[in-house]
Amino acid sequence: MIDGVIPPAFVLLAGAALIGLTRGHVRTAVLFAAPLAALWAVWQIPDGVVVTAQFLGYEIQPVEGSPVRRLFATIFSLMAATGGLYAFRQAKWYELAAGYAYAASAVGVSFAGDLITLFLYWELMAIFSTVVVWCGGTPEARAAGIRYAIMHLLGGVILKVGIEGVVVHTGSVEVQPLLAANFDTWMILIGILINAAAPPVSAWLADAYPSSSPTGSVFLSAFTTKSAVLALILLFPGEPVLIWVGLYMIFYGIIYALLENDARRILAYSIVNQVGFMVVAVGIGTELAINGAAAHAFAHIVYKALLFMSAGVVIYRTGMTRCSDLGGLFRTMPLTMVCGVIGALAISSFPLTSGFTTKTLISVAAEQQGLATVYFLLAAASAGVFLHAGIKFPWFVFFQKDSGLRPKDAPWNMGAAMVFFAFLCIFLGVYPQPLWALLPYPMEYSAYEPGKVLFYLQLLLFSGLAFFLFLPLMKRTLTISLDMDWFWRVVLFRLGNAVLNLGVALREAMEATVERVQQGPGARLVQLLDSSGALGRTWQIGTTALWIAVLLTVYVFLYYID
Amino acid sequence: MSDRESSVDCPRAAGPDNHWLTRPGTIRLLWIVSSVILALTVLAQFAIKIKGYFVVDGWLGFGAVFGFLCCAAMVLVAKVLGVALKRPEDYYDD
Repeated sequence: MIDGVIPPAFVLLAGAALIGLTRGHVRTAVLFAAPLAALWAVWQIPDGVVVTAQFLGYEIQPVEGSPVRRLFATIFSLMAATGGLYAFRQAKWYELAAGYAYAASAVGVSFAGDLITLFLYWELMAIFSTVVVWCGGTPEARAAGIRYAIMHLLGGVILKVGIEGVVVHTGSVEVQPLLAANFDTWMILIGILINAAAPPVSAWLADAYPSSSPTGSVFLSAFTTKSAVLALILLFPGEPVLIWVGLYMIFYGIIYALLENDARRILAYSIVNQVGFMVVAVGIGTELAINGAAAHAFAHIVYKALLFMSAGVVIYRTGMTRCSDLGGLFRTMPLTMVCGVIGALAISSFPLTSGFTTKTLISVAAEQQGLATVYFLLAAASAGVFLHAGIKFPWFVFFQKDSGLRPKDAPWNMGAAMVFFAFLCIFLGVYPQPLWALLPYPMEYSAYEPGKVLFYLQLLLFSGLAFFLFLPLMKRTLTISLDMDWFWRVVLFRLGNAVLNLGVALREAMEATVERVQQGPGARLVQLLDSSGALGRTWQIGTTALWIAVLLTVYVFLYYID
Repeated sequence: MSDRESSVDCPRAAGPDNHWLTRPGTIRLLWIVSSVILALTVLAQFAIKIKGYFVVDGWLGFGAVFGFLCCAAMVLVAKVLGVALKRPEDYYDD
């Protein structure tokens, strides 16, 4: 029963519906009020199951509170509010409505106390995010949206198979820690990992997000992968395979971002990279590591959205997205540049930014477990993040050469959203205690030990030196990079074509045979059955009666000899 | 949104500009200042102890060398992989 608790997802869904029903200032009011009301509703949810219902004979728990669930729901709602501010004057109303519904589904996933509710919101997320991709409006966006939808519906089916298996074999629909030990739980894990952009399907992310509109990619950057991280925290904490999956994602993101020319695709690859850090943390699974995954997800949503906002302003003002076309924009876009640089420093976990206070939690968790390889790979990855996102993105977009472009700086609402998130990046870097208070486990952690700060400064600044020394090797080329999706976009496509061609050839051969038969024996048969043929023509009644008499005689005869 | 011919009408510079940040003198100064800062972060280790969790990470300048070498390795790996993986932008268009 609902005991005076409003499911926060419903609040945001109602807001999404109202966006479509209202116009002008009323719509603007809805845009701001809905996520703030959702945020308020999130904080009314106490710990434990607060809403239960019957669904298909199962007792489901659509709303269950816990600190980590509230943390994710908080940042999802905050993201919807800031994304709304960023987009409301530029985006189409249906993109805003889809974006809000998408955020609402992510909030729904956050509070899902059972696997059925989780699955329903999971699918809603797939549907509304596909709409956001389609709002890009270009032929590429349409095609990428279809590929995106196929991937996520497939992931949904795999998740569903796993959930049904668990429900049938254990009788429990509860969201609770599982072990990837049998077919059912593996299916659930794979279904979640598809949404986290884990290998081998990481390509969907860099394929779909950069083809959305400048405002759409801000919404897209936040929800799908991070709700997958939350699902991993709730269902598979301490699952060792996640450490290696995460490490693969981290280095995949870095290498592909280094090869990339499209500014937003660089950022898309770095989402995979950052989610990799969180997946590693969930794999380590200690209280400190889970705190690290949750805190890093919170900080990441803010700085990644900030980076996509700054890229979005550039695309909105110039219509260009290739690094090779951009450059030198710092002259006329100082605000966008400064906000982009702050986001870039935060993603690189530079001291005094939110990335530093949250990502080091994960490194410390690895160190406390004595995972030396993981620890050094994470340190190498931190250097790599500074390389591919921290410097590469702002350098090629705002500095490098003078592209001759002199665009205006951000419109006021886009600027305001960027300033708010840039402020959060620094605020949580200088004073992370409010974020610590939201984390699932209590901890004693001092981010700013002088030795640790110095270590990271050395690591990052010398990465910067490497970037500028190796700059000639990183000359932008007008290329894309092949990924695993080549196997289904090219190999599978050609295989399908080959099967289709084989089918066509078979049909033609059959048609030829049929024709031959028709002209030979067939023609004679047709003659016999024709209205003038022996069997086809109308017989006189007398003839028919005679035949019946003959048949009856034969029957009687046979009856007696038996 | 990857159309080369964009629908946005973006203003362009009338002629070449000479922004102070792009002048050779400024860039040389930036290199000098950066080099000093880089050196200081290593030298600071004499004053501030970096706790080595796994022995080597406490060595003098480990972070600097490790960061630099890792980045160099990643750039080179990307370069080599790029030979195999890079395709023209319209590769998937047909």
